Amino acid sequence: MSTAAPAPLVDEALAADLADASLTLARRFAAGATLWCLAPAWEPHAHHVAVEFVHPVVVGKRALPAVALTGPDLVPSVRISVRPGDVVLAVAAADDPVVASVMRRAPAWGATTLWIGNGERPRQGAADHVLWLDDPTPSLPATGGFVLLYHVLWELTHVCFEHPGLLTAAPDCTDEVCVTCSDEGRLAEVLTPSSGLDPATARTAQGTERVDTTLVGPVAPGDLVLVHAGLAISRIDPEEP
Amino acid sequence: MTSEDTGFLYPFIDAEETDAAALLGDLAASARAKAVESAALRRRSLDECGPVLAAAAAEIAQRFAAGGRMFTFGNGGSSTDAATLAGLFAHPPEHPPLPAWSLTADQAILTALGNDVGFELVFARQLIARGDGGDIAVAVSTSGSSADLTVALREARRQGMYTVGFAGYDGGEFADSPDVDACLVVRSQSVHRIQESQALLGHRLWSLVHRNLDRPDAVSEGQP
Repeated sequence: MSTAAPAPLVDEALAADLADASLTLARRFAAGATLWCLAPAWEPHAHHVAVEFVHPVVVGKRALPAVALTGPDLVPSVRISVRPGDVVLAVAAADDPVVASVMRRAPAWGATTLWIGNGERPRQGAADHVLWLDDPTPSLPATGGFVLLYHVLWELTHVCFEHPGLLTAAPDCTDEVCVTCSDEGRLAEVLTPSSGLDPATARTAQGTERVDTTLVGPVAPGDLVLVHAGLAISRIDPEEP
Repeated sequence: MTSEDTGFLYPFIDAEETDAAALLGDLAASARAKAVESAALRRRSLDECGPVLAAAAAEIAQRFAAGGRMFTFGNGGSSTDAATLAGLFAHPPEHPPLPAWSLTADQAILTALGNDVGFELVFARQLIARGDGGDIAVAVSTSGSSADLTVALREARRQGMYTVGFAGYDGGEFADSPDVDACLVVRSQSVHRIQESQALLGHRLWSLVHRNLDRPDAVSEGQP
C-alpha cells in the first residue's frame, strides 16, 4: 500500500514555518499584493490555492487577489505578471527546473516567495518561505497533504487580518545586516545588453536600473547578475536548482 | 544589548514585536491543532469508507480492464481535487496510466454549456456527449448536494456508468441517492478538513484499483 499514513503532517518546525509564511502573506496582501500560484507538475493545486483566496469557503472572509498561472512558458508568464511587493507561491518538487528558475529570479522582480513540496528540500534560502513535507512518496501530492498546508496557510492568513496593527511592520530587513536591502549585492535580471556607450538595463526590486557590466562581460536579456553600486559584480545561474 | 536597555526609547516598536511573537506562537499552535484534527479525520474516514472503497475499487478495476474510462467533476476547490484525482489515474508517478479526465478542463465547453443551457448541465451534457455505459463517473463535493453534480450523476446512472460520490457533512443528497453506487462520506462540518480527507480517500481508491488490476484473477473475482 503506497498511501501515506494519515499521521499529523505538521511538526513544530513546519508549524512555525506556516506561521511565519502566513504573517508575511497577510502583510503583503495588506500592502496591495497579488498572490501568483504555480504548480507545473500538479496544476490543480495552483487553481485550488487561487480559488481559496479569491472565493473563501468561510462566509464573511474577504476576497483576496490570487491567480493561478498555468501552461507552458511559465517563467515569462510570471515575469510579466509580478509587480514589486507581490507574492509567488509554487507547489513543486525541489528539482522542478521551471520553479527553481522562477524562485531564483523572484528577488529581481521584488517578489516574496513561498515554496510547498515534498521529498528532498530545496537548497537553503531557495525561497523566502519553504513549507515542506519530507515524505518523498511520488504520489504524495495527491494525498491531500499539500491541500492541508495551503488550507492552513489561508486560515492563518485570515487570523492575521484580525491583528491590523501587526500588518504594517516590515517583515524583512530586521537583521543587523540585510543583504537584500543594503547595496552590497542586489539581484538584477537583465532587460537589455549594453550597446556602444549605453550601459545594460536590468530589472531589480526597485525598478529598472542602468547597470555597468564591464566586470561580468557581455550579458543577454534574462541573465541574472548581482549589482553593487550600479556595477554588476557577479553572475547568478538561474537554472541552478 | 538587551531590549531592556533601549526598550524605553521605543515603547511602540517593542510592544509590536512582542505582539507579533505572541501572534506567531498562536498561529503555530493553531497550525498543529488543525493538522492533528485533519489526521484524525483522515484516519476515521479511511476506516469508515474502507468497505465502500474496496467494493468501488473492484468494480472500477473491472471497468478499466474492459475498456471503461473515468470522468471526474466538482465545483470550486473540489473541481481541483477532482482534477488531481483524474491526473493521478491518467499520469501516475507509479503504476500504468489509465484513461481519466476532469470535466472542468475545457473552458470553452464549460462556458458554452453554462451560458447556453445553464450551469446545472455543465457536466451532464458532457457525459451525454462523451459517456458510455462502461465508464465511471466520479463527483467530488463537500455538500453532496450541488445541482450540477446530482444532475450529472443522474445522467451517468441513466447510461449505466458506475458512479462514485465524494461528500462531506452527512453525505447530503448523495447519501440516499439511487444515482450513487459508491458514496464516500467524510463526516465533518469543515469544508477544508473534508477536502483533505477526500483527497486521501481518492488516493486510496487509485491505489486499490491498481492492486485489483495487478492481480491476474482479481478482475473477475470482485472483492480484493
